[in-house]
Amino acid sequence: MNIFIQQLVNGLAWGGIYALISIGYTMVYGVMQLINFAHGDVFMAGAFAGLVVANLLPNKTSFPSVVLVFLSAMLFSTFLGILIERFGYRSLWRKKAPRLSLLIVAVSISLLLENGGLFIFGAAPRSFPQIIPLKNYSVGGILFTNLQLLIILTSLFLMGILHIIVMRTKMGRAMRAVAEDSEMSALLGIPRERILSFTFALGSSLAGIAGVMVALYTPQINPLMGLLPGLKAFVAAVLGGIGSIPGAMLGGFVLGEAETLVSAYLSSSYRDLFAFLVLILILLFRPQGLLGKGVVEKI
Amino acid sequence: MRRALVIPLLSAIFLAVFLSSCGKKQEETTVKIGVILPLTGLQSTFGQSVRKGVELALEEINRAGGILGKQVECIIEDDESKSDEAQTVAMKLITKDKVHLIIGEVVSSSTLAIAPLCQRYKIPLITPSATNVDVTKTGDFVFRTCFIDDFQGSALARFAIENLKSKRAAILKDVKSDYSLGLASAFANTFKEMGGEIVNEQAYTAGDTDFRTQLTSIKASDPDLIFIPGYYTEVGLIIRQARELSIKAMLLGGDGWDSPKLIEIAGANAEGTYYGTHFSPVEKEPRVQEFVSAFKKKYNEEPDALAALGYDTLRLVADAIKRAGTTDSEKVKEQLASTTNFPGVTGDITIDENRNAQKPIVILKIEQQKPIYFATIKP
Repeated sequence: MNIFIQQLVNGLAWGGIYALISIGYTMVYGVMQLINFAHGDVFMAGAFAGLVVANLLPNKTSFPSVVLVFLSAMLFSTFLGILIERFGYRSLWRKKAPRLSLLIVAVSISLLLENGGLFIFGAAPRSFPQIIPLKNYSVGGILFTNLQLLIILTSLFLMGILHIIVMRTKMGRAMRAVAEDSEMSALLGIPRERILSFTFALGSSLAGIAGVMVALYTPQINPLMGLLPGLKAFVAAVLGGIGSIPGAMLGGFVLGEAETLVSAYLSSSYRDLFAFLVLILILLFRPQGLLGKGVVEKI
Repeated sequence: MRRALVIPLLSAIFLAVFLSSCGKKQEETTVKIGVILPLTGLQSTFGQSVRKGVELALEEINRAGGILGKQVECIIEDDESKSDEAQTVAMKLITKDKVHLIIGEVVSSSTLAIAPLCQRYKIPLITPSATNVDVTKTGDFVFRTCFIDDFQGSALARFAIENLKSKRAAILKDVKSDYSLGLASAFANTFKEMGGEIVNEQAYTAGDTDFRTQLTSIKASDPDLIFIPGYYTEVGLIIRQARELSIKAMLLGGDGWDSPKLIEIAGANAEGTYYGTHFSPVEKEPRVQEFVSAFKKKYNEEPDALAALGYDTLRLVADAIKRAGTTDSEKVKEQLASTTNFPGVTGDITIDENRNAQKPIVILKIEQQKPIYFATIKP
């Protein structure tokens, strides 16, 4: 029984990470009906921004420098997200280009970021400095580390903040309005393009933080690290019901736990296979996802 | 018009090749050894190390008067880490340069690509580091100076039982690598034969970065040792995460661990882990220390296992040619096959009936962020 709970704890950390990334997918889909496949690479860029800053800092383990690493990863990925939206998607969006063109641009940007990363940092994996010294805790035989705790708490905290932004602020209300009916909201004077930009910024900042957390947790990063977690976060978003923020969170945690249990009780070779099997089954039997309704208020 | 140009051109080329080969035959004043290495490309660090070892040995042999009164000439070719390129340069060495013997390649796949050629042209081939079992099965002209995966796995199991007094072992292997799977099964077989118990066997895939799930399962089965036959990139993370989960078991691995990167990744967690490899620059044996200081003098760096294997390979070849008294390939082959207890810096080398090297494995232990010599496991 202990082992089972221990595995659940291991899965929880990945669940939090998937949830943070999948929120970006789901929000962008909500306002734009676009699957932003470059999102996983924004996550990677966040991790590398964290690495660069962490290597520059003299006293890596002090509290301000930890905050600085997280903050710079967040700012860099936010900036990257805004750039991608501004120069990648906006003109296509204005011209009402077919959604296939947007998808092709998304894949191209993803490849651009991956190969750009390979060009700048090389293919060899980089180890991430241990900016948070590891501590082990044990509660009733269940072990967890301060990193796991940090990942879970941070992701829950960020999701809480996100909920407040979406539900309680003017910007959030505007986002929901654009998601509900983009044409109508424009007619009513909502600056649609600014909302798009904001949505990308918000999703990308979460991905950037997730990037640093993975870098700390594993602790090794490479320019292709965004590929698989990105795809899995997409699966999580579909699993929860794409367009729905609570759905993305639920999907993230369910996928993280399910993967861990599969690899604990069947074989780790089935981990990725299982994630994509879930995607196919969900699309076949419940295309709207776990929390999705037939027609859903997106965002 | 076109044909008029082609024929004279072709005949010119043939004539040139013919004349140059004639010329070479007359002035056979050197013993010619071809060396095929990946000097550029993916495995270039391995190739460069072997080249340094070979060139150091060449210098020493020629300074001592060469073999059979002739100087030794090494024709070193780069195959860009590609096996088809290895075949091309092997053909060139055999047909154009008319080498008496070929040393190479470094990795098993490229060695497997050139072995049939050497067998067909009856040119002895000796690889310093291809560990795949099938390499020497190609034919009686193919040899190696490193141990094979099967032997390494079972030697490590013996070490685990005899030296580390392990009784319950768990295995964490890389399902994407033949090397890892081979080592794992050889380890398991010997470990069980000697009365040990394999309590858990888990797998990962090269490129993974989170191993906590597998390690949690392993921890539950309470082993006293975990055998991790893998490469340093993943192993470094595994060691780190195992200690994070407060797994106290001893950790043991093979020559895939042999890189400074391992300690860089695992940090202080690597303390007290063991791995087997071909060579240790800190071994006290005088011939090892002589080699290390000569190497340092020439290249201003410490030799690694591949440099030592390259060095031993050329010296072993020189010894076999000396005993054969001729460069005739049949006779050289026979002498290579009957090599016994050749004193190499990677241990005493005996070529067995399958043309594989029987030689000791060096066990290193990581202490204070450095691999130190721990033991030698004789075959």
